[in-house]
Amino acid sequence: MLYREAGQFKSSYAADQQLFPILQDRVGVLLLLAVAFGVVPLVAGEYWFSAILIPFLIFSLAALGLNILTGYAGQLSLGSAAFMAVGAYAAYNFQLRVDGIPILLSFIGAGLTAAGVGIVFGLPSLWIKGFYLAVATLAAQFFIVWCLTKFPWFSNYSSSGVISAQKVVILGHTFASPREKYLLVLGIVTVLALMAKNLVRSSTGRAWMAVRDMDVAAEVIGIRLLPTKLLAFAVSSFYCGVAGALYAFCYLGSVEPDGFSLDMSFRILFMIIIGGMGSILGSFLGAAFILLLPILLDIVLPWLAGLFGLPFSNATVSHIQILVFGTLIMFFLIVEPHGLARLWQIGKEKLRLWPFPH
Amino acid sequence: MSRTIGDVILDLQNISLRFGGVKALTDISFDVREHEIRAIIGPNGAGKSSMLNVINGVYHPQEGAIIFRGEERKKMEPHRAATQGIARTFQNIALFKGMTVLDNIMTGRLTRMKANFLEHALWLGRAKREELEHRKKVEEVIDFLEIQHIRKTPVSRLPYGLQKRVELGRALAAEPSMLLLDEPMAGMNVEEKQDMCRFILDVNDQLGTTIVLIEHDMGVVMDISDRVVVLDYGKKIGDGVPDEVKNNPEVIKAYLGAGH
Repeated sequence: MLYREAGQFKSSYAADQQLFPILQDRVGVLLLLAVAFGVVPLVAGEYWFSAILIPFLIFSLAALGLNILTGYAGQLSLGSAAFMAVGAYAAYNFQLRVDGIPILLSFIGAGLTAAGVGIVFGLPSLWIKGFYLAVATLAAQFFIVWCLTKFPWFSNYSSSGVISAQKVVILGHTFASPREKYLLVLGIVTVLALMAKNLVRSSTGRAWMAVRDMDVAAEVIGIRLLPTKLLAFAVSSFYCGVAGALYAFCYLGSVEPDGFSLDMSFRILFMIIIGGMGSILGSFLGAAFILLLPILLDIVLPWLAGLFGLPFSNATVSHIQILVFGTLIMFFLIVEPHGLARLWQIGKEKLRLWPFPH
Repeated sequence: MSRTIGDVILDLQNISLRFGGVKALTDISFDVREHEIRAIIGPNGAGKSSMLNVINGVYHPQEGAIIFRGEERKKMEPHRAATQGIARTFQNIALFKGMTVLDNIMTGRLTRMKANFLEHALWLGRAKREELEHRKKVEEVIDFLEIQHIRKTPVSRLPYGLQKRVELGRALAAEPSMLLLDEPMAGMNVEEKQDMCRFILDVNDQLGTTIVLIEHDMGVVMDISDRVVVLDYGKKIGDGVPDEVKNNPEVIKAYLGAGH
């Protein structure tokens, strides 16, 4: 009843092709942004900002980056964390070595550096596909981490490659508290997410999806495969690079190359598999699922144990947590292999008819 | 019909194509005239699809020359063929499964869109303007093919016959001067075949598009095509107007066997 577009007639192509064609979606997104920008900073505590919201936004951005490459352009990659590392170290070095460079420019520079590296490691995609390409991107994962550890120049000769991010200062204002950092991250993620949404509804996005769905046909209608794939690698790495810079500057404060491990790349991959391939929303849902569920289980399991008076030790709780987490992932993949975004879509389709069955 | 058949626009000379030791095409020459409907027929495995793949550059022949609009080359490249006005459909539907009908047909106009990805990301003037202009063109194609009701449907949910029609739409959206159709009516019932024939004839008649088509239904081929070329085992065994080909003893032998 509530989610029904009956009566919303489009009388121009412009109206039909806007970012959110359905009124309820427009209102929903605006409400969500209003809450995120206006309400959350007022009510959330320090723990919420630094342990939940900021990492959630940063990983959403990284997942969004990988989703552009894997979900939209169909190129499997296992190097997302490495591209984040490039972003983190690039931003650090821009701040360190370029006098008076604005931090936002450093973040953009970090994204562009990651994009450049992404293009280099995207070159094999013309000749190899699928799992074989994934293995080639695995090379990026190991090579970049090795490089950042091996050459001390990148970390300004600090021990074991650890870098401490500089202060985040914009127009003379220092973003020091978690609340301010949250707002900064939220702003950047919102802008980049909207840009991604624009990209995938344009002919750039169509070219990516065409290459993903059937590359021979894509070539025949005039899409040149290499530039299209490389653009996907570049844009994807740009997003991961910015996410990496934010990871260092607004979340952890100090990072080391080994922190951007293969494990992290896999986590980002799981986010888009569970969230939904080829969906902007799915990147956010997936990041929320992977990051927030363990925290939720952390709280719920001891509470449940206490409720039944079971003598659970902390170790048992963390084991059960892994167990439940794994089971839930399998459950979701079996019930809806297209991810949480698809579940959301099905929900919306049901809502159009509710309370009637059909 | 208002159309008049013009000069030769595509001339294939002595094309030979091998895959390793397998000869797919041997020394084949034929030409296509402007505005005509040219059919390629032959038994299974005769090399018909390979022939189309040579024309738009998916396969590169080892020998021979392709002269398209006076320009001679040893091989085509797919995206060059597309920008020069050659569009095609495939024998096994090659739509982009994850996209809607509208988006699939919009991809047909990609080569005509100029805005770059930064303009797209920011949805600046030109990106937006282009999107609307091309949408208008695409809607004309949608109207022409009578698929307005499914424009927002993902193509993977459509029945076979409609998918074939959408694929034709994607090719037409490019406003090609030459259209290569690989078995556009395979697997269709009579009604769907009639619709498809009507679309092909209309495209040819109203838009003046030159059509090269592969088809197994002899009734259709003999009815709609101006000239027919017959392949068998990668060799050309007949070429001419439908009546000529029908009475060619070699063609009869290839289709019916030596005993007849």
